[in-house]
Amino acid sequence: MGEMIDKLAYYFSFPFVRYAMIVGLLIALCSSLLGVTLVLKRFSFIGDGLSHVAFGAMATATVISVSLKGAVSGNNAFAKWLTDLIENTNSMVIILPVTLIAAILLLKTGQNTKIKGDAAIAMISVASLAIGYMLINMFSASANIAGDVCSTLFGSTSILTLTVSEVWLSVALAVIVIVIFLLFYNKIFAVTFDESFAKATGIRANAYNLLIAVVTALIIVLAMNLVGSLLISALIIFPALSAMRVFKSFKAVIICSAVISVICAGFGLIASILFSTPVGSTIVTADMIVFFLFCIISKCLRRS
Amino acid sequence: MSEQLICRNVTLGYEGNAVTEGMDFTLDAGDYLCILGENGSGKSTLIRALLGLIPVMSGEIIRGEDIRAEGIGYLPQQTVVQRDFPASVREIVRSGCLAKSGKRPFYSKAEKALAEENMERMGITHLAKRCYRELSGGQQQRVLLARALCSTGKILLLDEPVTGLDPKAQTELYELIRELNDSGVTIIMVSHDVSAVSYAGKILHIGNGKQLFFGSREDYLSSKLGQSFIITERGDTGAGNEGAETSSKSAPGELSKGKKAAIAAGTGLLVLGTQQAIHHYVKRGERNG
Repeated sequence: MGEMIDKLAYYFSFPFVRYAMIVGLLIALCSSLLGVTLVLKRFSFIGDGLSHVAFGAMATATVISVSLKGAVSGNNAFAKWLTDLIENTNSMVIILPVTLIAAILLLKTGQNTKIKGDAAIAMISVASLAIGYMLINMFSASANIAGDVCSTLFGSTSILTLTVSEVWLSVALAVIVIVIFLLFYNKIFAVTFDESFAKATGIRANAYNLLIAVVTALIIVLAMNLVGSLLISALIIFPALSAMRVFKSFKAVIICSAVISVICAGFGLIASILFSTPVGSTIVTADMIVFFLFCIISKCLRRS
Repeated sequence: MSEQLICRNVTLGYEGNAVTEGMDFTLDAGDYLCILGENGSGKSTLIRALLGLIPVMSGEIIRGEDIRAEGIGYLPQQTVVQRDFPASVREIVRSGCLAKSGKRPFYSKAEKALAEENMERMGITHLAKRCYRELSGGQQQRVLLARALCSTGKILLLDEPVTGLDPKAQTELYELIRELNDSGVTIIMVSHDVSAVSYAGKILHIGNGKQLFFGSREDYLSSKLGQSFIITERGDTGAGNEGAETSSKSAPGELSKGKKAAIAAGTGLLVLGTQQAIHHYVKRGERNG
């Protein structure tokens, strides 16, 4: 036990581990807040679809930066400036808007449809996975393509390689999500519970649906760093489902799901450091274990 | 009695296609209007127009002072989402105050008090902390009624409120709605349940893309349209068969089942008087069911 604590203390003396912890906990908090609404509104799959879109965007961002670098191989000042710019620009600049647009499109297609909502989501998500992988394979200069892809999909290392600016960006996005959620809590509840009533009382339900989709896109872009694009849905869905098993009011479910999510992320991060397991899958496993625990608890409660 | 809602020769529809035409009726404060019509006759379009969610294509809907100020309290049909929704009764009732709270992120003390008052009024105060999904169908409708009352105490629009309830809960809900009406709340109820007619003061029947009838219940019941509606609807639920049995005693002959039922209903109406006849048939329907 003492040995473990020593090991943890040693790791936490590195700033990048501390960054990972801060960003990881914030992401877990945000995703669980929105998760309840997404699950209840039957939007879980939008989260999944969006995460695949984010993967495609990430691949595109990588390819653009590589090919731009190749294009400006000259020795003049302009080429140097451009190369610097590309290297310093965060790939989030591309990923964020693409995911936002996809979120809005998915929501619109869900409402009035030629292609039904779930089919549209499946289509977009698979297409962006395929295009993303193809782009990386064709253009990437990296020697370890499989490793790159794996890291984007399962987030094995990216949480530990955050730069200071990325940490600040993540913190800012997380704060925005939390503030939006607190300010619009009552409205989000009304729109989630009963859209037609909300509309009838003059709440602009479509605007709030859009807000929910935009915030979901934000969270997904954030969470890609932590658990990778394939595992994001788990981060969004599991805490909400666990909380819904046991608690009976909306507020209690939200609070409980936030607590579960933060604790699981914290445990997952520490466990992955101690046993050198992949961060993303460790966190998701922790969420899963909690879910089964809560299932058993709810069974026991119902019986008594 | 002041006029609360006036529809003048209104045509409703989507994207240039008219769904119903010639809607022309007036609603006074304290009225109890029952809107009847087949599925697809434009009932839900009319609801959306009355709530102000879609514009009219021609004609006009004139709303009284209180509706313009507070809107219409709405009881929508239940959705799949709500059936396993983890929310306490109090949270749901309070969400009816949202229109009042406007841009403020949280509810004021007055709004919370209003929610408590309406829970008391619907007799669900003891359920305040219970989870919505664990309640019976009738209790759930009471919760939604309390929520609608939070948005306005003047006029309620109920969209098929008794669907999916057992007969006892249906009767209780109808009684509750009548009590509300007696206390001065204007009621607009959309229904294809015949027993709804016996509670209403005014009837609006729409079908075939137009308004078929508007007037008092008594006039409706003595009209051909009203009688045929009651008979077909009763026939659907099986009470017509029983009607046919009784009629075979009084009017023997080689008549089809439907005609027998019609005769039975007709004699029933004549003998018992309109309201009792309907009650009679409702009771029969319940016994049959």
